[in-house]
Amino acid sequence: MSTSSPNSRGLTLSLAAVCLLGGGVALALLWAPEDLDQGISQRIFYIHVPIALTAYACFGWGAWKALRLLWTRQERYDLESYTAVHQGTIFGLLTLVTGSIWARASWGVWWSWGERQLVLFLILFLFYSAYFMLRFSVDEGPARANLSAVYALFGVVLIPVSFLAIRLAENFIHPVVFTRDGPQMSGEMFAAFLVCLAGTLALAAALYTNELTGKRLDGRLRELRELLQ
Amino acid sequence: MSGERYVAAAYVVVLVAVLAYVAIIAAKLGRIDRELDELTALARERQAPEREPVRVG
Repeated sequence: MSTSSPNSRGLTLSLAAVCLLGGGVALALLWAPEDLDQGISQRIFYIHVPIALTAYACFGWGAWKALRLLWTRQERYDLESYTAVHQGTIFGLLTLVTGSIWARASWGVWWSWGERQLVLFLILFLFYSAYFMLRFSVDEGPARANLSAVYALFGVVLIPVSFLAIRLAENFIHPVVFTRDGPQMSGEMFAAFLVCLAGTLALAAALYTNELTGKRLDGRLRELRELLQ
Repeated sequence: MSGERYVAAAYVVVLVAVLAYVAIIAAKLGRIDRELDELTALARERQAPEREPVRVG
């Protein structure tokens, strides 16, 4: 059992996120060598891919908490699952925006409907955006918690489909960096990528902890208000 | 627009999003703080001993 309070955990994670992300961005922009094929626009990779992987991790975390809710019937997992899906949706939106900027810089277009990877990620994002519509259309209680949990679990199936889509596509312009032979980049590039990935994961964990603490405080305040009035 | 500007735009978008998120969380914590003050005042009011009525005149 963890002995640290949510406040100190949130502070530690926030500091880790600032250090790792600051260091990662510095490595990506100043230290990593320039890509021979794409030139400077390839440097968007160091922020775009870690954010996309973090979005997948958040959705996966939300699904895990949803499974725990359905398994144990403990109410706290509902809020945890909801917060993780919320984080995943924010990181998903950032993936679409940074990806669109990279597409414009590399391919000359903001979006390509012919790319399965892009379209599947958009579907995944829209699916999780609809999660909020579903959640807030049902009154608070066990029915809403169960419905949200089942929906979050269904969504997680789309993650491997979205992730593997690029490998299943026959004609694509989206680059494949991670293959069975390992990462297709230099050691410096991979090191910068790993630091950026650790930074975005720490950022997501810090935001998750802080948002969850805020939501729990809000719930307890509401309870206290009902008791006093 | 040159490659450098696209790279800068991608990083700035992420930075702005994170700052906006932190600002939203800070605003929410401010609201919770105000509500807590309100409820503390309410609890104190209830806890204060009621004064017995006195005859005037």
